[in-house]
Amino acid sequence: MASPTTCKLNAWIDGIGLLGPGLDQWASARPLLAGAADYAPQPVVVPPPMALPPPERRRVGLAAKVALTVAQEAIAAAQVDARTLASVFSSSGADGDNCDAICRVLASADRHISPTRFHNSVHNAAAGYWGIASGAMTPATALCAYDGSFGAGLLEALTQMAVDGVGTLLVTYEAPYPEPLHAKRPHPAAFGLALVLMPQPGPRSLAALQVQLTQAPCDRLANANLEALRLQIPAARGLPLLQVLARGRAERVVLEYLDPLNLAVDVLPCR
Amino acid sequence: MTPVRFSHFTASSCLGCGLDATLAALRAQRGGLAPCGFEGADDLATYVGEVPALDAVALPTELAEYECRNNRLALLGLQQDGFSGAVAAASARYGRGRVGVLLGTSTAGMLQAELAYARRDPDTGALPDDFIYRTTHNTYSVAAFIRDYFHLEGPAMVVSTACSSSAKVFASAARLLAAGVIDAALVGGVDSLCLTTLYGFNSLELLSPAPCRPFAADRQGLSIGEAAAFVLLERPVDSLDAAAVLLLGTGESSDAYHMSSPHPDGLGAQLAMSAALRSAGLQAADIDYINLHGTATPSNDAAEGKAVAALFGNRTPASSVKGATGHTLGAAGALEAVISALALQYAFLPGGVNTPNPDPNIPIHYLTANRTLAPRRVMTNSFGFGGTNCSLVLGRAG
Repeated sequence: MASPTTCKLNAWIDGIGLLGPGLDQWASARPLLAGAADYAPQPVVVPPPMALPPPERRRVGLAAKVALTVAQEAIAAAQVDARTLASVFSSSGADGDNCDAICRVLASADRHISPTRFHNSVHNAAAGYWGIASGAMTPATALCAYDGSFGAGLLEALTQMAVDGVGTLLVTYEAPYPEPLHAKRPHPAAFGLALVLMPQPGPRSLAALQVQLTQAPCDRLANANLEALRLQIPAARGLPLLQVLARGRAERVVLEYLDPLNLAVDVLPCR
Repeated sequence: MTPVRFSHFTASSCLGCGLDATLAALRAQRGGLAPCGFEGADDLATYVGEVPALDAVALPTELAEYECRNNRLALLGLQQDGFSGAVAAASARYGRGRVGVLLGTSTAGMLQAELAYARRDPDTGALPDDFIYRTTHNTYSVAAFIRDYFHLEGPAMVVSTACSSSAKVFASAARLLAAGVIDAALVGGVDSLCLTTLYGFNSLELLSPAPCRPFAADRQGLSIGEAAAFVLLERPVDSLDAAAVLLLGTGESSDAYHMSSPHPDGLGAQLAMSAALRSAGLQAADIDYINLHGTATPSNDAAEGKAVAALFGNRTPASSVKGATGHTLGAAGALEAVISALALQYAFLPGGVNTPNPDPNIPIHYLTANRTLAPRRVMTNSFGFGGTNCSLVLGRAG
């Protein structure tokens, strides 16, 4: 019987997408995460999703826009055809604005929900918009594991690669809820993190990963502002991995998953 | 793929709680849809498949924070057919950290948030103190509840891809088993009635005013149902009973077409079905019965019919059980995998309920009545909003 400590999953990271407060694209965030420049939180500016046809561009919500933005950055960096990759979308809350709008209508005298509100309410809305934007007819999934959503997405992407041998786009993202839900689930800002994960090394590979389940405690970020993000936004639970990649050193990092399980990631830079 | 064993399974829906009630209803071609009297939605002229007596289910005191309709339905489902005992035994056998929990749901405990919004503080707009987001409203809440209920410590997640959610958990669990990350998986789907889905489908004008009629020429839309269905997946053992059910193949795809309409030619559905056959190492002719997604909306059934006809022609018997169960959304994949397993074990093909006259424009072999035939391999389809598709191939061990 395989024990949790012996089962290791491998992947190569070929592309990274990042968007969050004071973190706009991997290239500019890299020195901040490596500690070579000072990190200062800034309001998040989410670009319009130009890859979507105009009708969908009008209907898409903030959370899915964040997901599409980081997905496209990661795909462009990896120089890979998105239509060849499976995709894993993972989010704790998905579209919070839309959820609030639906709940308000349902609590009112006229319970007529708009069709767009309803189809944007599905947890896989971002995956659906990604399919329309990219043309990928490959498997796409949408996961939730509350604060463990980054870990759940990474584990799903890695097992898909290990078993099916396909490259996988992992997209984890979050958008803040408006009040009154914000008081119950206070995500402070929009945040997205995408990785293009490949089963073999290639010319674009940044690092090799070897991942296993562990009960060791998760790593924290030394910068207090970044650590606050990590704790407040499920998708930002992946930031310690990006910090190791930013430093460009061979290192082990432990990412938070679901109590008592965490994910130990051995990172080996390719260049 | 390496086959995976259904070591235990159970289902509860408007057909009844547990396998005996489900099987009896299927054999009698008896549906469970009734006029919608769901609290807060009784102005909708539609039928629903409600699980009776859910209000009487009480969560264990130590798990009281999980209190909501969806988790009550989950608990009711887990208590049928000795399923809880089987999970506890697997946990003891493999270790708490080696049993995964992978569940599908579309709305989890969304109803709890809907009810909380109706009780907002009139001055501040704040939600009531007794509304607990993490354990009820959040999409993961049902998996958290079940993981805590069994004191499990392994990987867990919810797949929430609308109406394919609890079909896709089988594929994810099979991969975790194949990769050696876990030794058993509690998979399934739990989705309960709530206002978002009732009024949402109403806004799309997709609710049937009569009990839904999948694949009928005069189909008028879907009937929403609720269900909890669970399967304990393990690797096959050497001495398998001939009636044991195996997951032989899984196929997933995306339409990449539209958020709420299927590809008109069912291209995504075809990709999922072909991938499932390939994963099982089978040809279309090897499939003895297709459990269709068959929601009874005009465009869904037309698209699925085209996809099935393209791959299977009009030879393979096929039906949708949604005329009996309603569309149980995020629970439909698991519910219909369990019904497909019953067809394999009890040697019958379930005929579609409410569809005496299949649509002549859909050239497939639609079963309008039960047939006594011992299928060896069946396919079950689940397709959802956002263009997400999943097909599973199940078979008997012998």
